[in-house]
Order: sequence, then C-alpha cells, then structure tokens
Amino acid sequence: MNGAEFVPLSLTPLLIGCLAAIACALPGNFLLLRRQALIGDAISHVVLPGIVAAFLIGGTIATLPMLLGAAGAAIVAVAMIEGIRRYGRIEPGAAMGVTFTTLFAAGVLLLEMSDTSGVHLDVEHALYGNLESLVWLDATGWGSLVDPTALAGLPPELFRIALVLVMIAALLVAFWRPLAISTFDEGFAATLGLPVTAIGLGLVIVSALAAVAAFDAVGSIIVIAMFICPPAAARLMTNRLGTQVALSVGFALIAAILGFVLAGYGPRWFGSIHAVSAAGMIATMSGVILALAALFGPARARST
Amino acid sequence: MFWSALTFQLGYNATLVTLGATLLGVAAGVTGTFLYFRKRALVSDAISHATLPGVALAFIVMTMLGFDGRNLPGLLIGSAITAALGLYCVQWLSSRTRLTEDAAIGAVLSVFFGFGIVLLTVIQTMASGGQAGLESFLLGSTAGMLYSDAVLIAGGGALALALVVIFRRPMLMSAFDPEFARASGIDLNRTDLIMMGLVMGVTVIGLKIVGLILIVALLIIPPAAARFWSDRATNVVIIAGILGGIAGWSGASLSAVAPNLPTGPIIVLFAFALFAASMLLAPGRGLLMSALNHRRFQRAVHIRQGLVSLAQGQPIYEPLTLRLLQKAGLARADGVPTDDGRAQSSRVLRDEKRWEVARSDPAFEMAAARYDGLTQIEDVLTPDQITLIDTRIGAPSVVAQ
Repeated sequence: MNGAEFVPLSLTPLLIGCLAAIACALPGNFLLLRRQALIGDAISHVVLPGIVAAFLIGGTIATLPMLLGAAGAAIVAVAMIEGIRRYGRIEPGAAMGVTFTTLFAAGVLLLEMSDTSGVHLDVEHALYGNLESLVWLDATGWGSLVDPTALAGLPPELFRIALVLVMIAALLVAFWRPLAISTFDEGFAATLGLPVTAIGLGLVIVSALAAVAAFDAVGSIIVIAMFICPPAAARLMTNRLGTQVALSVGFALIAAILGFVLAGYGPRWFGSIHAVSAAGMIATMSGVILALAALFGPARARST
Repeated sequence: MFWSALTFQLGYNATLVTLGATLLGVAAGVTGTFLYFRKRALVSDAISHATLPGVALAFIVMTMLGFDGRNLPGLLIGSAITAALGLYCVQWLSSRTRLTEDAAIGAVLSVFFGFGIVLLTVIQTMASGGQAGLESFLLGSTAGMLYSDAVLIAGGGALALALVVIFRRPMLMSAFDPEFARASGIDLNRTDLIMMGLVMGVTVIGLKIVGLILIVALLIIPPAAARFWSDRATNVVIIAGILGGIAGWSGASLSAVAPNLPTGPIIVLFAFALFAASMLLAPGRGLLMSALNHRRFQRAVHIRQGLVSLAQGQPIYEPLTLRLLQKAGLARADGVPTDDGRAQSSRVLRDEKRWEVARSDPAFEMAAARYDGLTQIEDVLTPDQITLIDTRIGAPSVVAQ
C-alpha cells in the first residue's frame, strides 16, 4: 500500500472513524457509570426524525439545519421520556422504549413519504453511514498533507467531528471533578452544593452532540457501539476513573483502526475484491474487545 | 380501500397477512406485559437486533448449499439462533461481570447489529445475492409476501398466543412476587426461560412484518398503554393483548393499501396513538382524569378552608377561595357569608372542633389518623362516639354576623 492510494482513499475515513469513536467513548464512560448507557441508544434513534424534519423544512441537506434538527429531536425525546415517566408513572426503561421507537418510526415514515430521491438521505445511510465515501480526492500522496490547495478539499465532516471532539474533551477536563463526584455519589455531590441536575442534563446534551456529529459521518451503529463497548471494556480492566477513560479512548481507537482496515483490506485476504461495511466492522471489533475484557479483564468481577 | 383491508376483503394473501399481524400484535402485547412487569422491557431490544446476523448467515449458508436463500423458515431459524446467542450474552455479561444489564443490552445490540451489517454487505457482493431483499427485515414489509410466509406468520402468532395462555399463571406470579412464586413451587429460572423464549418467538415471527428495529415497540408500547387502564394484572395482560392486536390489525391493513411504505413504522405509530390516547383518557391513571381529580380536590380544600375562615369571622384574601364560595352561593362578592354559608360554616367549624377533640384523645387514635382536613367526622366515627365528643365541647354556638 502506497501513499498515493492510502492518503486520498483511506486516510480521511480512517481519521473520521477514529475521531467519532473517541468523541462517543468519552461521554459514554459517564453514561455507563450512571446506568444511562441506553441513552446513547435512544439518542441515536431519534436523530433520524430530526434530520428528516430539518430536511423537509429547509429543503437542503446543509449541515447546520441538520445538526439543529437532530439536536431538537434529541431534546424532544428527552422531554417525552421524562413526561411519560413522570406523568404516566411508567418505568424509565419502558418510557425510553416507547419514545425512541415511536420517533424512529415517525422519522422513517416521513422519509419514505417525502421526495428525497435527489439527495443522499435514506434509512440505510442513517443506520450504517457512509464512512467509505468520505474520501479526499484532492490528495495525491503524503505530500498533500502540507499542500494548502489539497488540504482545502478535505471532507468537511473531518473538521466537524474534530471540532466536536475538542469541545467534548475540553468540557470533560473543565468539569472533571464535579462530573466524577456526581457520577459516583449524587447525594454527596448535592451536599457539596453541586448542581447535580444540571450536570446530568449537560452530560446528556454533550452525548447528543457527540451522537449527532458522529451520526453525520458514520451512522448510528458506530454511535451506539462506541458509547457503550469501549467504556464497558475499560470498566472491566480497572477501578480508577482516570485509567478507565484513558483505556476507553485506546479501545475506541483500536476498534476504529482494526475495524476500518479489516473492512477495507480483510476481504482481499479471502480473495474477494469487495470491501464490507466499515461501520459494521468497527462495531464488531469493539464487541471483540469487550468480549476479551469480559473474559480476561482484571477487574471483571462484581466484588472488586 | 382501507376499509376493505380492515374488514379482510383484500384477497386471500392480504387477509392472511393482516390476520397474522393481528395475532402477532396480541401475542406481543401479552408477552410484553410480563417483560414490563419484570422491568426488563429493553432486553427485547437486544434480542431483536441480535437476529440480523442470523438472518444474514442463514441466507449465506442456504445459498452456498444450493437452496433459495430467501426461504423464510430457514431465515427465521437462523435469526432465532443468533437471537438466543445475544440473549445469552446479555445474561452472561450482566450476571458474571460487573456490567449492569443496560450496558450489556446496549453492547449486545450494537455489536450483533454491526456484525449483521457486515454480513449484509458481504451478501451484496455475492454473485447470487445481489438483490436478496434482506433489507426488508430491518423495517418490515407486507408487500409481495408469499402465501406460505403468510401462513407461517399467522400460525406462529397463534402458537405464541397459545403458549402464553398455557403459561400465564407461573409467568404472572414470578413477575409480581418472585418469592411467593418460588415458595409455591414455581421454578423461576424455567419461567424466565419460557418468557424469554416467547419474546424470542414473537421477535422472530414479527421480523418479516414489523422488522427487527421496531419489533421491540410491539413488546413495550401496548403494556405501557394498558397499564393506564387497570391496576389488576390479569386485566393489564388482556388489555395489552387487545391494544397490540388493534395496532397490528390496523397497521397491516393500512400497509396493504400503501405498499410502498414500510409496515413496521405504521404499526408502531398506531400503537403509539393508542398509548397516547390511553395516557390522556384512561380513567384513574389517565392525565385528563388526574387533572379533573386534582381540580376537584383543590376546590374541596378551598371551600372547606373558606368556610372555616367565615365561621371564625376572618376575612378571605385568596381570590380563588372567594370565587368558589361565591359560585356555591355561600358568600357574597365582598366576602360576607350568605345564610346558607353561615349554616355550612358553622357545621364545618363544629366538625373541625370535633376532630380537634378526637385527635387529642388517644382513645380515638385510629380514627384520628384519617384526619386530612376534608373528611367529615361523621364518616369515621359512630353517632355514639360523636355524642361523646359533643358532650366535651358543649352546645353549638351561633356564628356572629
């Protein structure tokens, strides 16, 4: 494999995959510890109706309205879950199930009934993204990395996900202590005067942000897998929060790289010329990592 | 057109599909209720997503062996195998490691689904599998269904329903009171296994019509909706079955009229409409009735407190109280009581005074616990007891004008 082939066709999707994986894994650690792991699942389902609604209103698939639509849908979903849970006195798991299936169904129907033939927007795309298509056609080789005209042709998804990742990382560093305290002992955090409700809501919003940005590039399967699998695997390796977060980033990276390489080049080893879904392969790899951690992780047992 | 679909007049196949969807909805609603009571509704989400690799693998294996890869029974058997594997993974992860069940569910559903997507792309590149149509398993479809498939779905739905009827008693007992069920000689593990087996069965049967992403809705929404209508477990089970059946029936009928739309989302939206209606309108737990009850309670409190104030000759500042008293003809706009108001307020005052005595006497401890500022003491104590209290208070006095 040489630079002339790798840089334009594989470098950017690989980078985007890695950044998306890390952006989801970071908040995923805290969702996991707060027993809200399935929030990521719910959010990634409701992103679809938000994007479809944004398309129907705006008429284009420009980024900003789509992000706004997805964020709006995430807020509607959280409000619906809370409303059903509180006013209907339905247990949270079922309230979540009612909400995300309904919103997803509405999104699918909206999509199927509206004329989206002219744009690249369909259910399959929403589920498993189009990571492979995020190529950098202006590049000719490694030299393009320092060539400004070629750099201008980088897919915009790369900058978007990078920006979101930087934001999430910065927020995480800034709010590390209150977030950690309120995650492990909400009562204690409240006695310290920390705004626990706001912290919880902030975490959900950050997760939604990560989900929306990653969804844009890689589809909802990676989003759900990355919210849960790398943090869960890291949780089975250590008892320390800092180590867990660091490990989860490492696992997310390994899953993204291994998955992408296997999806792109793996079939060739079996004599097939076609690549398989990179998003699906990345999710599969994260599952393999989790399975290994569950079988051999030093902190896998409940008692430790 | 929609009407003739609803009344089973659209030909044999469509009728069979609609019937199958109805039976499936009933079976899913009933089965889902047991899951709901065990607070494990979302386990079904992991099971349903875990069917995808099974469907794809079955297609690959059948094609390689030279059979038609789209053979529905074969695909369903494959889906059942990986669904069982996924369920086992959830159980194993949540019992053998420190991961909680929700994390296990999320991990299993995303990884199995991701692997299924990988296999789907493999199938797309296979020479024979160019258009396998397996994508219809994601969101469901009733268009172009074979007669044998429709029979399979209708039969499967009926079978699942029959199994639920047979095992309803142990499942209900272990859902509500595991300790009692164990003491009554019910094997909890086996009951759980039966329940999960039924969930798997419903999921597999529903794959073709509802699709694997949304089948979980049929297991969750009808029980949640039924919960508004009754507090009795058996009633909830029956109502959930009815609601699920209505959703499946009307959804499949509409889908027969609009073959270009995926069936799953239509059925789910019908189910949600039933849920929303239940949440709003159901007596007792519905929002509308709760709001009405709340208002009635609020009025009763305001009138009672207003009458107490009138009886003691205190001015009323709260505008709502004044308005309610005025509407009931108990006071004038300026807060002066009418004759009726004076009569009632002296009665209320006497009631309060009787309560006061009753609450200060340990002999009336049980009755005093029911004091809430609204209940009349006549409803709690016998006339003899009230007479006894009255002797301590003295004769009723006239309220000053």
